Amino acid sequence: MATHKSSKITVALMLMLILNSFASFAQLDTEGVVDESFNPTEMIMHHIGDSHGWHFFGEGEDSFTLPLPVILWTDEGIATFMSSEFHHDVEGEYVVDANGQKFVNYHEKIYVLNEGEELLKYDEEAHAALNANATFDISITKNVASMLLTVVLMFILFIGLANHYKKSKSAPKGFKNILETLVIFVRDEIARPQIGEKKFMKFMPFLLTVFFFIWITNLLGLLPGAANVTGNISVTVALGLFTLAIIIVNGSKDYWQHVFWMPGIPTAVKPILAIVEILGVFIKPIALMIRLFANITAGHIIILSLIGLIFILENAGVAFISVPFAVFITVLELLVAFLQAFIFTLLSALFIGMAVQEHEHH
Amino acid sequence: MDLITPDYGLFVWQVVVMIVLIFLLTKFAWKPVMKAVGEREASINDALDSAEKAKEEMANLKADNEKLLQQARAERDEMLKEAQDMKKSIISEATEDANEKAERILEKAQITIQSEKKQALFEIKSQVAELSVQIAETVVKKQLDDKKEQMALVNKMLDDVKLN
Repeated sequence: MATHKSSKITVALMLMLILNSFASFAQLDTEGVVDESFNPTEMIMHHIGDSHGWHFFGEGEDSFTLPLPVILWTDEGIATFMSSEFHHDVEGEYVVDANGQKFVNYHEKIYVLNEGEELLKYDEEAHAALNANATFDISITKNVASMLLTVVLMFILFIGLANHYKKSKSAPKGFKNILETLVIFVRDEIARPQIGEKKFMKFMPFLLTVFFFIWITNLLGLLPGAANVTGNISVTVALGLFTLAIIIVNGSKDYWQHVFWMPGIPTAVKPILAIVEILGVFIKPIALMIRLFANITAGHIIILSLIGLIFILENAGVAFISVPFAVFITVLELLVAFLQAFIFTLLSALFIGMAVQEHEHH
Repeated sequence: MDLITPDYGLFVWQVVVMIVLIFLLTKFAWKPVMKAVGEREASINDALDSAEKAKEEMANLKADNEKLLQQARAERDEMLKEAQDMKKSIISEATEDANEKAERILEKAQITIQSEKKQALFEIKSQVAELSVQIAETVVKKQLDDKKEQMALVNKMLDDVKLN
């Protein structure tokens, strides 16, 4: 009986706490001088986009953000400084001096101010800076840092797995066994059936790397505060181009003949089909890029929207509905994380298999 | 729009990361892992094959054994049969032999009996003759004591001769 009572009290206290914190949040909103009303689009875009610092929680100067190095390739050489020097400013108000130049961060795009300018003038209509130039930004952004984290993880996991075989010839136990099973899965379920017994071994390193890179990055992306790497078009474009490059380099004579001058059809149709086939060569990897980007980004947007509902409706009670929904979608995203890695690798293998195949002439 | 505009910096990093990953992981992870897994699979297949072979050999051996046993059984049966036959033939031979011998003995005995009988008869005959002579002598001696009787006898003898 006593425990029952105490649990009831705990629930009541928790509810009070939630409502109280929400009330203070709402007050802050209404009392704010600047336009502080909640903008869901901005919040979502901020979360799925890239940034120069790794923001975890908090607002403005109080926020907890991991500073990351900014590396800029300008006309006057390479300029480097830590992202913390912008002091969380993304409105182009805080000017950083480095390498004898002045830099501002405007919505995570870094501009170098023209000679003699002290403040960024930005044309909102034309989406262009008036007195500054864009830089070639090769900073370690949040996405790059997350990517490097995946690289470190992959090294630890798979070189660890490889080291196991130095010690013993038998199958590894525990987690390493799972890794080995996944490696065998990529080999036997993806590479072997799609590319064929003769040639699949040559493409195993690429397929394994891509599969585990996408999967691990997807999973890391689901952690709170993590980056949306595989949901960034630049990343998927790079991955898709790898597949395209492999297809172009390894395409058999037969494959190119089928692309440019399809045998066995009337000559008049051949040029038309060649156009279609050449387009097809590029559309295949483009489909890969868009599929991965759209799936991962969509998942993030859904979760953020569900959480955003609480603030849009300005009612903590919504949390009781939207949080379980968000949890459900997150669990679903765990599946999607694997599925997208699998599909990307499977289709890459399929396209490579089509390109390296030696056709039998009928 | 930012969402679908590729960012060159990130793109460059991704390309670099992928090249480094593919290169280093191929060297330090994928190749050793694939090699070890392949070798293990080959050894498992070999082991399975040899187990299958051993099983086959075992079956062959068993069949051979069975065959040998069958053969031994057949041989034993044949030997038994032979022995039986031999026994039968020996018994019948012995019986025949014994019969023959018995017959021969009987024959011999009969012959002996016959000859003994003949001899006995002969002896009896000779003894009877002697006895008759003695008797006749005695009778004659006695009868010749009387003249009349002598005469009667002589007459009678004469009569007999006449009648003949």
